[in-house]
Amino acid sequence: MNVTLILDQVSKKFADVQAVQRINLKLPKGEIFGIVGANGAGKTTTFRMILGLIEPSEGKITWEGNQFKNVVSSKIGYLPEERGLYPKLKVKDQLIYLGRLRGMKRQEVVRQVRYWLDRFNVPEFYTKKPESLSKGNQQKIQFIAAVMHRPELLILDEPFSGLDPLNVALLKNAVVDLKNSGTSILFSSHRMEHVEELCEHISILHRGQQVVHGSLKEVKRDFGKLNVTVHADFSLHDFRDYEGVVHFMNTAEGAQFQIENEQTAQHLFQALAESGFVRKFTLEEPSLNDIFLEKVGADDE
Amino acid sequence: MSKFFIVMFHTFISKVKTKSFVFSTLVIAGFVLGLVHMDRVASLFDGGNQVIEVAVVTEISKYEEHLEDFTSQQDDIEFVEYNEKSTAKKDVKSDQLEAVFVINEDEQGFLEGAYYSESVAEQETSNYLNQELQQLKESIATEQLGLEQEQLEQIYEPVTFETEALSDQARSEEELKQARILVNILVMLIYFSVIGYGNMIATEVATEKSSRVMEILISSVSPVKQMFAKITGVALVGITQYVIIFVIAAASMFNRTPLNETNASLAPLDLSTMQIDLIVYAMIFFILGYLLFATIAATLGSIVSRIEDVNQLTVPLTLVVIVAFFISIFGLNTPDAPFVTIASYIPFFTPMVMFLRVGMLNLPFWEIALSIIILIATIALFAWIGARVYRGGVLIYGKSSSFQDIRRALKLSHKEK
Repeated sequence: MNVTLILDQVSKKFADVQAVQRINLKLPKGEIFGIVGANGAGKTTTFRMILGLIEPSEGKITWEGNQFKNVVSSKIGYLPEERGLYPKLKVKDQLIYLGRLRGMKRQEVVRQVRYWLDRFNVPEFYTKKPESLSKGNQQKIQFIAAVMHRPELLILDEPFSGLDPLNVALLKNAVVDLKNSGTSILFSSHRMEHVEELCEHISILHRGQQVVHGSLKEVKRDFGKLNVTVHADFSLHDFRDYEGVVHFMNTAEGAQFQIENEQTAQHLFQALAESGFVRKFTLEEPSLNDIFLEKVGADDE
Repeated sequence: MSKFFIVMFHTFISKVKTKSFVFSTLVIAGFVLGLVHMDRVASLFDGGNQVIEVAVVTEISKYEEHLEDFTSQQDDIEFVEYNEKSTAKKDVKSDQLEAVFVINEDEQGFLEGAYYSESVAEQETSNYLNQELQQLKESIATEQLGLEQEQLEQIYEPVTFETEALSDQARSEEELKQARILVNILVMLIYFSVIGYGNMIATEVATEKSSRVMEILISSVSPVKQMFAKITGVALVGITQYVIIFVIAAASMFNRTPLNETNASLAPLDLSTMQIDLIVYAMIFFILGYLLFATIAATLGSIVSRIEDVNQLTVPLTLVVIVAFFISIFGLNTPDAPFVTIASYIPFFTPMVMFLRVGMLNLPFWEIALSIIILIATIALFAWIGARVYRGGVLIYGKSSSFQDIRRALKLSHKEK
């Protein structure tokens, strides 16, 4: 595994608030690393430390073994959570400006911008001003600004928030393509399904603490618990306190169980079969959402 | 091209392209043109040579012959003789006449006059008649006294009064005249530049911050570089504007009449007699003054999160400039007052007040050098603080915008251990 970005025990303390505490992170080349957390969990602070906008109080951030500070800005692409574009500057002009600041040549920017606008089906935006574009469309422009210089490290802070499903798919596709062409991507979201779909490695932040981190598969395996979906003709309510059931939720056609392990599933299945006709019984891996809710939610109660 | 120049040209071009730049340049140019051609503009509204009819009422016939002299020099006043004061007054009320001019003698036989018109707000005619009457009285009086015209001239000849400085070091009267004009120009330039372009910088930074472009920018350009690139960019905008206005004004002035004829008060600005060192100092102080205030403006701009808050924060800056402005106006008459001396070392006032002292007094070089060093050190200090506030400030987004935010911003950028 060819690791590029490493965060080693990185902490950040503002005056009296511990924003981020001892974060460890390893981003392999050409992979997507997802950082999940509620609002205020420290995602943006972490990104800002990586970008050098604020200095970590403790810990080390390295890129391919070197101090991250020395990485030239042309190698990094950043899509901030808060969208930032000059409202009154034409799309082409501001992308040319931002691109040149990343060390690109003018013609190169124009070529890239044309390519991306075509790809997003919005070639007519080239001469428009952002203030006349919808939020979702500004987001596309912002995305182009982050990727047009073909960065080696791409940091995406909530890239899909506020987008319709069509545009989410469009951007997701672009992210996967970039990953396949070797870009290492760091990505934050509070939409679990996006993280689950895109990321090989994840980290869950909660109030500045890293609650869970590792490869998605391992995280799920370590979690242990499983989901069972049951559709049946009789009331499942009596099974809510069945041994090994952690969580129970009624659905339209039956119920959803969260159980401790596979053994519980076996017992539950038998018990259900004895009670009546079961039309559906499926055993599923826990979703990232379940893990997140348990790890983070427990603390909040 | 280095990032500094990319940011600088971007700032310059995007500012010059704005409607407000074009508009303000046009307005100021129009204003300057108006000033240069003030007399023409005024005559435009006069409605040509409208003749003012004034009734003359006099009971003493011997003055009638002098009345022709009154109007001979003034085309637009025409006398109409009336016998009765009351009928003349009536005609004034019914707008047939502009005014009534009554000439009489008092008990001692001296001339006296009276002027009646619908309103006495317009004084041009009455003042003129007053003067003429005065002259007439004087000539009659001298005649009676038997004085010769020559003797009269001797009486009225102004006394010769020379002021000369005894110290070799002191400035000559001619030099002082030049210095005064230069000080006035510089004070005005700094005043308008700081108010206009300082606000422009603060707004520019605040716009970037409120649109959150800043976050992307500071991840690719260092804050110091960015700040000074912006300051230089806006300076270029200012220079462009000044050059345009100057060229328009100069062109229209030369177009009219040769410079030395137009305005005697501008004659000392003749380049051949200009003190080159003074011009050089003017430039140095202007540049340093601009840098100081621009740096502070950029710092202030980076701590607000909404553009509307910019003005609120730049008010103190404007006040400082106004104070400097008044000190230098005051100092023009008393350049060696201790108060002025002290003010000239306070960096916020140095650009205006020290230049005034340089122009008006003969200062030892070390005094000038010292003030410039203090000024440069202050700029460096503010640049250093500014860069830190800038870096931290752009990440603060709060509803309040106070000077406390400077502290917060400094803390945020500070590496805590």
